[in-house]
Amino acid sequence: MKAAVIVFPGSNRDRDVALAVEQSTGQPPAMIWHQEAKLPKLDLIVVPGGFSYGDYLRCGAMASQSPIMAEVKRQAAKGVRVIGICNGFQILTETGLLPGVLMRNRGLKFICTDVHLKVEQTKSAFTSRYKKGEVIRFHIAHNEGNFYADAKTLKQIEDKGQVAFRYCEANGKVSNAGNPNGAKNHIAGIFNVKRNVLGLMPHPEVMSDPMLGCNNARRMFDSMVEAVA
Amino acid sequence: MKKAASKISAAEIKSHGLTADEYARIKKIMGREPNLVELGIFSVMWSEHCSYKSSKRWLKTLPTKAPWVICGPGENAGVIDIGDGLAAIFKMESHNHPSYIEPYQGAATGVGGILRDVFTMGARPIANMNALRFGDPKHPKTKHLISGVVSGIGGYGNCVGVPTVGGEVNFHSSYNGNILVNAMAVGLARQDKIFYSAASGAGNSVVYVGSKTGRDGIHGATMASAEFDEASEEKRPTVQVGDPFTEKLLIEACLELMATDAIVAIQDMGAAGLTSSSFEMASKGGLGVELNLDNVPQRETGMTAYEMMLSESQERMLMILKPGKEKLAEKIFKKWELDFAIIGKLTRTGRMVLKHGGKIVGDLPIDPLAKAAPEYDRPWVPSPKQPVIATHDVKDVDWREALKTLMGCPDLASRRWVWQQYDHTVMADTIQRPGGDAAVVRIHGTNRGLAISTDCTPRYVKADPIEGGKQAVAETWRNLTAVGARPLAITDNLNFGNPEKPAIMGQIVGAIQGIGEACNKLGYPVVSGNVSLYNETDGKPILPTPAIGGVGVLDDLSKVMTLAFKRDDEVVILIGQKDSASGWLGQSLYLREVCGQEAGAPPPVDLEKEKAAGDVVRNLISNGLVTACHDISDGGLMVALAEMALASNIGCTLDDPGAPRHGLLFGEDQGRYIVTCKTADAKRIIADTDEMGVPVKVIGRTGGSDISIIGAGAVSLKALHILHEGWFPTYMAS
Repeated sequence: MKAAVIVFPGSNRDRDVALAVEQSTGQPPAMIWHQEAKLPKLDLIVVPGGFSYGDYLRCGAMASQSPIMAEVKRQAAKGVRVIGICNGFQILTETGLLPGVLMRNRGLKFICTDVHLKVEQTKSAFTSRYKKGEVIRFHIAHNEGNFYADAKTLKQIEDKGQVAFRYCEANGKVSNAGNPNGAKNHIAGIFNVKRNVLGLMPHPEVMSDPMLGCNNARRMFDSMVEAVA
Repeated sequence: MKKAASKISAAEIKSHGLTADEYARIKKIMGREPNLVELGIFSVMWSEHCSYKSSKRWLKTLPTKAPWVICGPGENAGVIDIGDGLAAIFKMESHNHPSYIEPYQGAATGVGGILRDVFTMGARPIANMNALRFGDPKHPKTKHLISGVVSGIGGYGNCVGVPTVGGEVNFHSSYNGNILVNAMAVGLARQDKIFYSAASGAGNSVVYVGSKTGRDGIHGATMASAEFDEASEEKRPTVQVGDPFTEKLLIEACLELMATDAIVAIQDMGAAGLTSSSFEMASKGGLGVELNLDNVPQRETGMTAYEMMLSESQERMLMILKPGKEKLAEKIFKKWELDFAIIGKLTRTGRMVLKHGGKIVGDLPIDPLAKAAPEYDRPWVPSPKQPVIATHDVKDVDWREALKTLMGCPDLASRRWVWQQYDHTVMADTIQRPGGDAAVVRIHGTNRGLAISTDCTPRYVKADPIEGGKQAVAETWRNLTAVGARPLAITDNLNFGNPEKPAIMGQIVGAIQGIGEACNKLGYPVVSGNVSLYNETDGKPILPTPAIGGVGVLDDLSKVMTLAFKRDDEVVILIGQKDSASGWLGQSLYLREVCGQEAGAPPPVDLEKEKAAGDVVRNLISNGLVTACHDISDGGLMVALAEMALASNIGCTLDDPGAPRHGLLFGEDQGRYIVTCKTADAKRIIADTDEMGVPVKVIGRTGGSDISIIGAGAVSLKALHILHEGWFPTYMAS
């Protein structure tokens, strides 16, 4: 599988996700500087976490205007798989590849903690190795992860099976208590309609190594490899 | 030459923090009266912060050498050999005063500054730590200060992408008007790619990179405006403003350039900015330097030479490049959208010559200025010895009530509210997150790790500076040991009051003596540090706070130890407790929180026994015999057990030591650990420990949902959890 990680000024989880991808694909992904306007033929594009452009202005807003993002949009339209993690998710919503917006956390504070997710949609290249309704421990580290969309958009997202993951309690109960940031419908991650683009706030790259205490996200990267094979 | 039209007035000398005697020395070195720019340069170079004039005499006594020390104090940070051709580079530094005035930016720029000290030397920063002291929680400013400092540390560290993996937060009324924000950074470098600050090669370019220079941080605290002839200039706040995004770019750009062969020397522009960086580089290389200030990238128009030389704008570096490498370097910095400017060259004159607007605005001799920096042997008196408080003179409160009080008191309550605001997992190498005895980060791409801990018990230092100094070092050593690491070296951040008072100077002298003794005995040298004096408000000094940051190495991460109980029905063993001990309650949290008394001599540190117990525990962990380990510190045995239980939600049952229990349960005797093991391994642990002459005793078993003492009642983990986790969020929301 050929993968690339886009690097913006201020990306800081780029190296982490590159390692997680390599673990599943067996080869290091290409690291692509944001000034590039063309991408080689790829099976997966990763828009990593961090603070692109310092999150000044609005998270992801400046990065979404980079030359590379126009190319990412073209590739996504052709069906190439794109995953945006944390700041990457924010960038994908800013480019319009995904609906909604990520607002400041309900508690107005940065939160770095483990959370539980309920897998909602397994019919995708990113989630095929999970079981529907499965509860997995994941990890978040963000200040603006509070997913918001208007009622009409939310209904569409729900109706078309675009919700990938929802925050929940350890026992699987989807509730405010299990929702760390106030996201609408407890949404932690969503697909585009074709489900070749995934954006999520939690960080699979720190949940793919037993030494870091948890291996739950390894299956996400393995799913992507399997989808290409 | 800019004419010193009016002579420098006595008020200007004073406002620059210089004494009459120091000014006389300046005139002798210069052979004339300095102008204002030159006066400003002398004042920062001879400031306590840059010259260590009150502490140098005593700092020289600290042990700084070991076979694994690559570079001790004197550079931007200390460097130690951690094997496999790699080096750990680390330092801790204070940002106390700015953080009190403007907590967010003060703390943020504290993190930024310490990160630069580490990556200046060629290291990729891999971990941030901090040691924070706030005033009484009831003081009206405390909550605001905590909120600002914590978001400042998070705001900077999270954005720059270096995990903040641990630290300490303490409260005491002595910090009401003077909080302490000590930030530590640890970086990783290849031993053959370490960069130093000594300039070499006359004619080589002096290059400025990073952010532009503004008027922030100019020396304002000591500048009296009335005498300052550029008084019409707008006065800016003296606290600098941090830009972590630029810092992130600067890290990447510097590391990219460092991977080539272009840099002769490099130094960050920290305190005293362009002045101290250019001065120190030239001084260390025995050279002169000529700077053209017109070429300094400037954020504002009309900046004077004085302002440019004394600005403390953040995220700036000074480099000496090899001849012909300017283009290569410029390309890298342009790619990262950072300023790059050649602002001068090295000379053989041994002088610093400053040009601005076509005129020479300053011309000072470098070596005499550096060598003649004042060094004081300030008068001091030893701190009076405090009486040893006998256990039977302290009230024996029901242990259940005492434990509940302690677990929910400000100094022992969970710090989750704090560290959840720090990204502690970025870089995907955090093996042990905040909340353990020591943070553990993986050495990238290996199965080895670094353990890091910051510690100090200021109330012990106040009561007995020598024992308190020893204890601060020993506690970091113990915390590193408890996760299974080999402690290697420390950085020290010495926070004290006004050294011109003999009693305060006595605390400094005593604490340094204690630190030195502990470092010598434990084979655990000081490789970097920082001194912060004059931490007083209205004449009231802070508790003496020599914060210690210890670093150790784990050779096999699969053996990393944690403090959480692992399963029911394991054996709980106490190591290092003398059989005869009735428990040391002087200066204990039990005495303070339960009995309302801050009194007595602190627990003494027996360094022989300390070393023996630690070495035994490390071996037991390395031999795979131990399932959990925790050192015993603030709050004593019961608090340590409660922390182990709460971390796993597994309780324990103890044998009754018999009344009076308070000394044994809450005494803060030093050099002790709790370990757990499978029943089958207990015999061997006891035999191995006993053989080394270290006291060892089975004290109970894990299991259940309470902490109980047979025949003396129980406390539920649920109740303890609520008290322990509840204090911080409730306080901050109140």
